Amino acid sequence: MKNILKYTFAVLAVGFVSCEPEFDTPVTEQGFYTSGSADLSKYVSVGNSLTAGYADGALYKMGQEHSFPNIMAQQFAFAGGGDFSQPLMNDNLGGLLMGGTQIAENRFVLAVDANGNPGPVRLEGAPTTDITNKLTGPFNNVGVPGAKSFHLVAPGYGNLAGVANGAANPYYVRFASSDNATVLEDATSQSYTFFSLWIGNNDILSYATSGGVGVDQTGNFDPTTYGGNDITDPNVFASVYSQQVEALTANGAKGVLVNIPEVTSLPYFTTVPTQSIPLDAATAGALNAQFGAYNTQVLPGLVQMGVISPEEAALRMVNFSEGVNFPIMTDDDLTDLTDILQGAPFSLPAELAALLGQLRQVNNDDLVVLTASSVLGSTPDPNNPQGVVGVSIPLADQYVLAKSEQDRVTAASVAYNATIEALANSKGLAFVDARAALSRLANGGLPYDGGVLTSAFVTGGAFSLDGVHPSPRGYAYTANLIIDAINNTYDATIPVVNVGDYPTVMATNN
Amino acid sequence: MKKVLVLAAFVLASAVTYAGGYRVSLQGNKSLAMGHTGVAVVNNSEAVFFNPAALVYSENKFSVAVGVHGVFSNIAYQNTETGANARSDSPMGTPFYAYASYQATDWLAFGLGVYTPYGSTVEYEDDWSGSHLVNNIDLAAIYVQPTVSVKVNDKLSFGGGPIYVTGSVNFNRNLNRTLTDLDGNRSNVTIDASGVNSWGWVASTMFNVTDNLHIGATYRSEIILEAEEGTAEFENIPNSPLTPFENTGITASMPLPAEMTVGMSYSFCEKWMFAFDFNRTFWSVYESLDIDFENPAIPDSKNARNYKNSSVYRFGMQYEATKMFTLRAGYYFDETPVRPGYFAPETPRNDSNNFTAGLTVNLGERLQIDASFLYSHFKEVNASYDYYFENGQAVPFKGTYKTNAFVPGLGLTYKL
Repeated sequence: MKNILKYTFAVLAVGFVSCEPEFDTPVTEQGFYTSGSADLSKYVSVGNSLTAGYADGALYKMGQEHSFPNIMAQQFAFAGGGDFSQPLMNDNLGGLLMGGTQIAENRFVLAVDANGNPGPVRLEGAPTTDITNKLTGPFNNVGVPGAKSFHLVAPGYGNLAGVANGAANPYYVRFASSDNATVLEDATSQSYTFFSLWIGNNDILSYATSGGVGVDQTGNFDPTTYGGNDITDPNVFASVYSQQVEALTANGAKGVLVNIPEVTSLPYFTTVPTQSIPLDAATAGALNAQFGAYNTQVLPGLVQMGVISPEEAALRMVNFSEGVNFPIMTDDDLTDLTDILQGAPFSLPAELAALLGQLRQVNNDDLVVLTASSVLGSTPDPNNPQGVVGVSIPLADQYVLAKSEQDRVTAASVAYNATIEALANSKGLAFVDARAALSRLANGGLPYDGGVLTSAFVTGGAFSLDGVHPSPRGYAYTANLIIDAINNTYDATIPVVNVGDYPTVMATNN
Repeated sequence: MKKVLVLAAFVLASAVTYAGGYRVSLQGNKSLAMGHTGVAVVNNSEAVFFNPAALVYSENKFSVAVGVHGVFSNIAYQNTETGANARSDSPMGTPFYAYASYQATDWLAFGLGVYTPYGSTVEYEDDWSGSHLVNNIDLAAIYVQPTVSVKVNDKLSFGGGPIYVTGSVNFNRNLNRTLTDLDGNRSNVTIDASGVNSWGWVASTMFNVTDNLHIGATYRSEIILEAEEGTAEFENIPNSPLTPFENTGITASMPLPAEMTVGMSYSFCEKWMFAFDFNRTFWSVYESLDIDFENPAIPDSKNARNYKNSSVYRFGMQYEATKMFTLRAGYYFDETPVRPGYFAPETPRNDSNNFTAGLTVNLGERLQIDASFLYSHFKEVNASYDYYFENGQAVPFKGTYKTNAFVPGLGLTYKL
């Protein structure tokens, strides 16, 4: 009898042995995913705002958690990756303070206005991240919003004293290991085994986003003389970039290099149409009457005088019609006619001459930037309802990236990319063609399990509300591209993420 | 003899759990120990549930059986493409039963049963990768069933009665895969409905072929729980007209499907009994879980289920080892009602092999302690739920599931 009981309970006990259900091959088991010939145990990421996780026109905590290096680090953890630390902001507003004074704006959210139209607005609230509160590093993520290629090797870029005059970067001030540290040193001084480097975007981006008001510094090899919106000379880029790759690979670490996308495909440049001014027939006729003499007499006269070419004259013709029209704009690449028009035989009044000085209509070769949307059609002087931007007031040059300016951006980025790809090949590093990836987003998009990811502003899903930086979903897509490249180059099997699990833009009213 | 018994225990114990869907087949420790058979077992203190017609053949004037089971169920999920993985952390479920029967005359018996044949308690870690389908669910239905049993003759009897059901459900899921408030807290909704009442019925028959061979059949009707006064509570919703979610009332209906059982029992060698039950559960009534929000601004929630009718094959063995101990073991195979592509993580049930064992300890003539144990084994399965939609596009939730359940149970029987 006792034996029977014993056996009965033995049978019961067998059942309890494996209480938790176990998979035949659990993903959490070491060896399920592999890092191939790479060692992912300590990963450092070096770069600019894209590496930092900047989005919606600000750096904020949630955005940083969705930075592509942080997404990658979580996937690396399946294949031997370790902890990944970031210099997190203090809040989800994203604004920056310096000694209590706000120096960077809060993030954008998608707000619905009184008429039911959604659009980006700055999130209200008092930010709490003061750059004078230094963080103690080192941090795995050494991404600094706003950094250009040469900034990564510039001593003092994290010195609080340099913020006021633009020599230092407030984001880097927060976590620089010392006043004289460089971003690159703060990465290389760690005992890392794997790195990513994505730098050079800002070397063309600020020129482009500011509508080409900066200078193309190609030929000028001294970056200390550059303005904030200038294009970096490709040789300067090549020099500092190879210096960075040398430094990052000096300890034998494997890594991944990412090239520079064609910034003109960003929603910042593709959202506002070139034709944006609706006019009825009467208004168009009245405007045309005003420009009649200018088109038929002044411009041909200037060509005859040899002041401008026939091509420039054609470009400067102003014509409106019933429907949606090209706005008028100031283009600093045009010959400045202000003085000439005041003289004989035109003898125009100074004000009119100044208006026509570098005037043309936007055309289909131009790109109108996102921020123009709040300016076009507005009446800056409330007492003058006739003073409409794009109709009677020219749109400022900073809102339009002209064809010639686009060509400068493209030329520089093509040169940078040649450097990046050549270094990746010569060093045996993984290489990610972000340029091709953005092009795919801008031309048809990328199907995922919840739809198609495109670069369309707000609705496309890939970009945040600043029109330049990716959304979390866009960063997840980026992380997958990089993981794929690492898997290919190093024979690894790091799992990708499901981009559909990552959010896009945040709808919130203030 | 001892060797035979151990062998039998192992053979049978190579199989039991609870049924597919949210049917919880734990309506008596004695029966469960025999693979939850009992439709053709006479002299069964749990017959109020299994076959009311059998009550009239009871040897006892009066009988009461009460008991409870502790359900420890575990779900593991993983997706090898992304590495996403999760384990459920469900609290113990406690289905219970209480039966009383009274032999009024030679041909008439009365019974009353209170039991919990439907329910589900599943809890995942909040915000796990399937959180847009379920974070946690607690579904319970209590059946109250007065019963009459009438003997036609020594061979044939009929039984039946009305069933009163009171049910409740509490269900939380995230609104979709990505929506959060400004600080990244996932937007979610809790559906709550309790005190949802409805009526059904049960009818059964017992046919005694010989003294040792019995055949029984029981049909329990479908009962639809209509929640008219439920609530939906939304949490972490961004302040935007684009996300117009606010707390509101809901109506929803949850079917408790009909179940047909036929079976036989055969007693042999004096101390042995074998029982076989076949269940058919009419799950096809569960087409969709639809939640209708009273606030018209909130789109109604439609969740296709499209269950199919399913069968359970149950085998049980009983051995009266001594005057004091009766030993039992059983096995059942439980077919899933879930079709491919409808595998939702709130009831991740594929076919299962279930193994049961248990014993009764007789403490004197009148009092018995009934103990049982059930182990449910589900094969690892690659499955997906393909009917979750985002912006009109189906977004399948795929992965590998591995589940099991352990259910110890304890009960008391008192007879006069």
